[in-house]
Amino acid sequence: MAEPVIAVENVTLSFQPETPPELEGVSFQIDEGEIVSLVGPSGCGKSTLLRLICGVLAPTEGVIKVCGKKAVPGWSGLGFVPQDSLLFPWRTVLANVRLPLEIKAGGELGEEELNRQARKALQLVNLNGVEDKYPRQLSGGMKQRAALARGLAADTRILLLDEPFAALDAITRTQLHLELLSVQSRTRNTVLLVTHDIFEAVFLSHRVVVMGENPGRILGEVTVDLGFSRNSKMMGTPEFSRLVGEVQDMLERGWGRDYG
Amino acid sequence: MDKKRILQIIRRNYEYFSLPLGLLLFLLIWKTAAGFYASFILPSPVEVGTRFQEFQRQGLLFRHFFVTFLEAFAGFCLAGVTALPLSYLLARNTFLEKIFTPYIVGLQAVPIVALAPLLVIWFGFGITSKVLIAALTAFFPILTNGVVGFRGTDRRFREMMAIMGAGRKTVFFKLEIPSALPVLFGGLKMGMTLSVIGAVVGEFAGAGRGLGYLVNTARGSFDTPLIFVALLALAVLGISFYLFVSLVEYLTMPWKRRG
Repeated sequence: MAEPVIAVENVTLSFQPETPPELEGVSFQIDEGEIVSLVGPSGCGKSTLLRLICGVLAPTEGVIKVCGKKAVPGWSGLGFVPQDSLLFPWRTVLANVRLPLEIKAGGELGEEELNRQARKALQLVNLNGVEDKYPRQLSGGMKQRAALARGLAADTRILLLDEPFAALDAITRTQLHLELLSVQSRTRNTVLLVTHDIFEAVFLSHRVVVMGENPGRILGEVTVDLGFSRNSKMMGTPEFSRLVGEVQDMLERGWGRDYG
Repeated sequence: MDKKRILQIIRRNYEYFSLPLGLLLFLLIWKTAAGFYASFILPSPVEVGTRFQEFQRQGLLFRHFFVTFLEAFAGFCLAGVTALPLSYLLARNTFLEKIFTPYIVGLQAVPIVALAPLLVIWFGFGITSKVLIAALTAFFPILTNGVVGFRGTDRRFREMMAIMGAGRKTVFFKLEIPSALPVLFGGLKMGMTLSVIGAVVGEFAGAGRGLGYLVNTARGSFDTPLIFVALLALAVLGISFYLFVSLVEYLTMPWKRRG
């Protein structure tokens, strides 16, 4: 049995002792090459959980291991894609994608080599012809593609996505869903996706981890046995609907009330 | 038909016409107004022009212009190299900010006009005292804009940098500086024009050269056309400084350009 790539073990996070904790007793694992979604209502701490895995927050109790080691900020095998792209407005698209490479290389690689690697990442997400543009000149979908490219640029093994499609229109969103699947099938990255869109979660993932709020906790897991290759036609199948229903049921049980 | 065409051309290219047209109008009003007053109160544009030529021929104008330029520019640079690093420290360290802020505000609260004679006593009639006075005048807006600019770094960008593993130096050069630049330039533009004011105030307090000195001596001999010459030279100096900073701003922030 191979070691899980991400292991969250009984993690609790509380900012103040009096208030209920942000997260309580959270445990789950992700294996190499898996796509896992974290689904839950706003404020259930799913984004916080991502920050814990990134290492920019430390748990109050419990352990988080990334590739067998305690999570620390700046581990270079990890790519992060935030909701609103967070591209630096003063850098061109190419320079934004180059940034993690620059940081990783620490001045040891020439600009040409860095640009070459950044262009490779841009090609991977199918974003061409805009490398010299500034972020404000791009559409929302293009910005997210660029953010994805930045997340992939530095030899990424684990991709953490924090609601990256939430601000996009439905058509662009589906387009990017398929792009993400295509990228993952080529890179075989391990992907952890935070979302509040159940359809998105079921469509993209091998496994959906369902979270509840107050305090943030794990309600259960749904394994998505739709096979490895996905296409948008699957959304119409009864199997897809059954899985969505299963996740929905689990969320509702978390509310602690029966809406019949 | 022809008239329409001409009007249309003017309307489309009005930005090329507006400046010279406005200038012409201004000169016309000036000339008319000057007709009602004696020359030592309001000289006409022609008198000012003649005085300018005279003075220029003696080779004096450029010398005074250059002195004030030097004082203001050196003062501005001095203010920049002290205020910008200090503003970074104050923005990043609330403890230092609490210690320093009362003194900085206090220094700013004392009118520079009142401080100038003291500095002339301490540093003499030469250029040093003027550079210091110009620097003091320009210091405050550069500092306050610096603090605001450096404090405005987006927390989410910081987090992004931390996730990517950026160290302090990288965060400083690749995040904090570029994100503060637009606000920093606001302060630098203000400081640049204020440094001219500071230099002139310094020259008023006691000097043997410079455009401020020129205004002062011309006033003494009721040479009002010469005052106008000095004032115009000061305007040119201030505008050139402003354009210079704007040019640097344009060159350092390509992402702010249109298109």
